[in-house]
Amino acid sequence: MNRRDFILNSLKIGAGFSFLPFPDKNVFSLISAPVNSRVVEIVNPAVRKSGSFNAAVISRMLDEGISQLYGNENPRTVWKNLFPAHHTVGIKVNCLSGKHGASHTMLVEAVIEKLRRAGIPPGSIIIWDRLDRDLENAGFSLNRTNKNKVRCFGNDTAGFDRKLYMNGSVASLVSRTLTQFCDSVINIPVLKDHGIVGITLSMKNFFGAIHNPNKYHASAGNPFVADLYEMDIIRRKSRLIICDALDAQHEGGPPFKPQWVWPMNGLLLALDGVALDRVGWEIIERKRAETGFPPLEKAGRKPEYILTAGQKGIGQSQLDEIEWVKSGV
Amino acid sequence: MNKTYDAERRLFIKNCAAVSGGSLLASLLPAPDLFAAASPGVDRAFEARWYEKLPYKKVKCKLCPRECVVDDRERGYCGVRENWDGVYYSLVYSHPCTYHIDPIEKKPLFHFLPGAAAFSLATVGCNVDCKFCQNWQISQTRPEQVDNFDLSPKEIAEMARTDRIPVIACTYSEPVVFSEYMHDIAREGNDRNIRSVMISNGYIQEAPMRELAKVLTAVKIDLKAFTEKYYREIVAGELKPVLDTLVLLRKLGIWTEIVYLMVPTLNDSDRELKQLSVWIARNLGKDMPVHFTRFYPQYRMQNLPPTPLKTLERARDIALGEGLHYVYVGNVPGHAGENTYCPNCQKALIRRKGFLIMENRLENGKCPDCGASIPGIWT
Repeated sequence: MNRRDFILNSLKIGAGFSFLPFPDKNVFSLISAPVNSRVVEIVNPAVRKSGSFNAAVISRMLDEGISQLYGNENPRTVWKNLFPAHHTVGIKVNCLSGKHGASHTMLVEAVIEKLRRAGIPPGSIIIWDRLDRDLENAGFSLNRTNKNKVRCFGNDTAGFDRKLYMNGSVASLVSRTLTQFCDSVINIPVLKDHGIVGITLSMKNFFGAIHNPNKYHASAGNPFVADLYEMDIIRRKSRLIICDALDAQHEGGPPFKPQWVWPMNGLLLALDGVALDRVGWEIIERKRAETGFPPLEKAGRKPEYILTAGQKGIGQSQLDEIEWVKSGV
Repeated sequence: MNKTYDAERRLFIKNCAAVSGGSLLASLLPAPDLFAAASPGVDRAFEARWYEKLPYKKVKCKLCPRECVVDDRERGYCGVRENWDGVYYSLVYSHPCTYHIDPIEKKPLFHFLPGAAAFSLATVGCNVDCKFCQNWQISQTRPEQVDNFDLSPKEIAEMARTDRIPVIACTYSEPVVFSEYMHDIAREGNDRNIRSVMISNGYIQEAPMRELAKVLTAVKIDLKAFTEKYYREIVAGELKPVLDTLVLLRKLGIWTEIVYLMVPTLNDSDRELKQLSVWIARNLGKDMPVHFTRFYPQYRMQNLPPTPLKTLERARDIALGEGLHYVYVGNVPGHAGENTYCPNCQKALIRRKGFLIMENRLENGKCPDCGASIPGIWT
């Protein structure tokens, strides 16, 4: 930890925002600070439009969500302060499950539009995930080299940093997109069940940033998922989580299984990935109960790693300590 | 606290350790290029031989005891087998990431064609995750993260034949994860009078091991410790299936040798070494060669020193004391414990220095002094 990090971390603790990613220093002077571990759930059935989605409604949902996250602050001000114009912003999507189970391209396009309006040039935005082929299968167009446009490539194009990042049970090479190309990251996981680790949301989405995710699914991902999310390189660059819950899946994941997908028409926004994952877990459990599936614990895949992350102090895992703000629900 | 280690510094230390320890493997392996290479995709894949199809396009891998249940578009723990629409594929068949010609002593196999050259190859991937792995840059990566060759089993066997190399060794990473490829290479090798050996952790199910045994001539097993705790915490595997493999290999009559890497304070107690030796003598026989080899700090285990020589000598003494006949000290070039001695008259039969054979006095597999038969494959 260098002197600057030490001072910033001290300020964070002093301000009571120890779970939160730390925006540029002027953010607190311009906008209201978010309540610790607030998770905003925005639901709007009007987002669905003749078999697809309505881009204008998604845009409004984003504005409303980000505004509520920061206590009704002007959305554009929040975007500007979270993502300074000189930043290169990585958008970490989740594409492994193909087009229907991935972060929706329309949502990602709406996020890009917000960033552009906040002053980020297209060439400073990178959509990324594990493999080029995953991105293409999910409907994204690859752009590896043209720096005048939004770039889009997988770790197989970016390569991995040659440092071995170690934390607790995890030792991995980390994508250069995260370590070298991006200053900040918007994490866009999909609200869905996972057949081994219970659910796959904010924290688990960073399995797509390392070279050896296959090593970390044992014991329902506990403590591996938490140990990975605790890594400094991830915590330092994660600025915002926008969980894609336009379609959500409560069983059979992570592959897309249409019989267990429901049109939730929602987004979840948070700065605390642990809190968002805890809320997402609760939503999936409720849907499972409603449709006759056993709780994840009985299914042998309780996402204990979320509680571990809470115990580690990297986020809030206690539901009654999370401010779960619902809009349109 | 997060820890990062600079790769350049690590490489330097590794090379120093490799040279000083006599293990040239680390320095000989090409550094995998983690910045290039295309995704292998199923177009370059080969359907796996040992798996079960499950409902909803899931599969259960039946290759190693881990029995990964793998969802569509996901991979198993090894990282080199992928489920695609309910069909499980090996992504590394015909795609080795490295090949090299080594002396057989480097494997090490000491009772197998002394001084022979071995055409040695590996693909990426491993079904465990040893914290001390010296080849983690290939064993703990995925196919798309390194440059790979396109070499069919037939091409491998032909390369060995052309260079008059009598042995093909599947080694470096973990051959279990490329079992189909290894099997077919060995079959092609046999057709050309080239013998094949597997240098493995032994973490494999019985059925695939039986299939492999039909085409392999010898096996070296890394028995990493003699406690489940060590296997669980340091290896991310299990001891019991490895012991089962050793017993199976003996039953099948495959020439086998054991390597036991001595990691200071973690698997080097007198008690554990005694239990190990007793188990080997009872279950595998006193003629089973055992190599106690020196550990060097690698990968995630940078906090321990190299194994003291005295520890290795103590281990050898304990094993000899329990009646084992062929106990070696490894990774200590020039040590007397590298030599093969006749268990009957105690005379030195094969003198080694590192990977070199300095003298081989065996005559038709027998001690020239007392006539005792020395087990192994000598011709």
